[in-house]
Amino acid sequence: MTGKPKVQARGLTKAFGSDAGATVALSNVDLEIGDNEFVSLIGTSGCGKSTLLSIVAGLQEASAGDVLLDGVPIVGPGRDRGLVFQSYTLFPWLTARANVEFALRSEPGSKGERVELAREQLALVGLQDFEDAYPHQLSGGMKQRVAIARALSYRPQVLLMDEPFGALDALTRQMMQELLTKIWEEHKITVLFVTHDVEEAVFISDRVVVMTNRPGEIKEEITIDLPRPRSHELLATQGFGDLCGRVLESIRGEAVAISGWRNGGSH
Amino acid sequence: MGESRSISLEGGAAAAAPPSPAPMKPRRKRHEMLRIGGGISTGWFIAIAIGVFALLLGVWWLVSATGLVEPLFLPSPVEVFESLQRQVENGQLWDDARVSIYRVLVGFSLATVMAIPIGVLIGTYRVWEAAIEPLVDFIRYMPVVAFIPLTILWTGTGDTQKFLIIWIGTFFQQVLLIMDNVKRVPMDYVNLGYTLGMKDRNIIARIIIPSSAPAIWDSMRISLGWAWTWLVLAELVAATSGLGYRITTAQRYFETDLIIGYILVLGCLGLIFDQVMKFLARRLFKYEEAH
Repeated sequence: MTGKPKVQARGLTKAFGSDAGATVALSNVDLEIGDNEFVSLIGTSGCGKSTLLSIVAGLQEASAGDVLLDGVPIVGPGRDRGLVFQSYTLFPWLTARANVEFALRSEPGSKGERVELAREQLALVGLQDFEDAYPHQLSGGMKQRVAIARALSYRPQVLLMDEPFGALDALTRQMMQELLTKIWEEHKITVLFVTHDVEEAVFISDRVVVMTNRPGEIKEEITIDLPRPRSHELLATQGFGDLCGRVLESIRGEAVAISGWRNGGSH
Repeated sequence: MGESRSISLEGGAAAAAPPSPAPMKPRRKRHEMLRIGGGISTGWFIAIAIGVFALLLGVWWLVSATGLVEPLFLPSPVEVFESLQRQVENGQLWDDARVSIYRVLVGFSLATVMAIPIGVLIGTYRVWEAAIEPLVDFIRYMPVVAFIPLTILWTGTGDTQKFLIIWIGTFFQQVLLIMDNVKRVPMDYVNLGYTLGMKDRNIIARIIIPSSAPAIWDSMRISLGWAWTWLVLAELVAATSGLGYRITTAQRYFETDLIIGYILVLGCLGLIFDQVMKFLARRLFKYEEAH
């Protein structure tokens, strides 16, 4: 990473509950994300990766430490950061286009301009023909594409994604990864992407950050120096396989430690 | 690894064994409608529903026609129908119904208009829930019937007292129902509002209320049924007009046919109101159709 970090977490700690029975979700996490860098946060379930994302989004407060955006501490949620959730957060009472427009309500300009911008964003994710569809008429993948269009529509400086493809089937997930990669390569933006899918993390990221289990700490950072632009053909290459192996090995250590597989495999 | 192998060996042994000596009796194929969760066509549904009504009517007619039950206790369906017809012809049924419908609508509307903001507030903020929910829950368990003497003392036996009884009987229930409806709004919707930089008041108006509106509407539909119950009760105890009042006067003259007729009318009115609410819900929340 070169230059000043876009996002910087310093000594981030998050504990839930009282002092005695507190669960420590994050412990002393330092993380830097460069401008226009795509960073994935990977770890087993419950390792605190979503908590970390939530703190960067400003939806949760850290127990200690802070997060800086362009050197300025984050004090709450704001439009400088766009969030895509794992659950489908499209409003069922609005059409696809109206869902995107919803995010543009406070933007300057006329209603017509906002409609036009919403249309452009839907075209960006390939949904120009579905602008009048209601969420219940869209597939899971399409809903997440609208959510991505919505998050990008108001031009945040950082895109935060919390396992956005976690609920999708394998084939759709792969197509979404390709789509996101393509959009990112064309319109660079700083991304923090949470996932527990090794191949997904390696395929889309510049850098993969592996987290340990409770308390969540940064275990290892692996730079993904695969060439761009990337497409699904990358999946069959030796370099991709090797990197997946490295990330998997790093996570496996964590999975083995918590599940007791090492001691005979019964629980 | 060792475990999984032993399981697969057992599986292999079972597969290799000859078919078990007592073969399972093949299940007789049942009609789709008789299976748990099975579907039913609209035609069958309506036919069965009407059939049950007709059957009950037939039993009623049979019981009174054979003289099994004295007409004073249970007049025949024909007598009930004729007495209702007389009420329609002299205009009394409409007068009675109009008064009762008016009272229900006013009482129910008052309760609803007050319950929605309060329900939304206590469903949204825990601090307001702490302030209001226990109190509402406590009042909710006070028997509405016991308020009748008190409300007569306060406001007499006119329309105001009827509104008051309907209000007491529905408002507190509605507040709690709406609170639950609002609490079911996904937290991610609210968080999305925050990440878009929306203020609380906008999140309530543009996310929480539209999101819970279909459920709130359903709660209103259910509480409208209760409003009818409390109104009739109030009219039975002390009134000078209304469907409930007519039932009390009929009782005085042993007009059992009229009592039963009016009870049936009340049932029909409840059904109509319910269907109207359902119809409006389908119109208002069209986007929900696929669920």
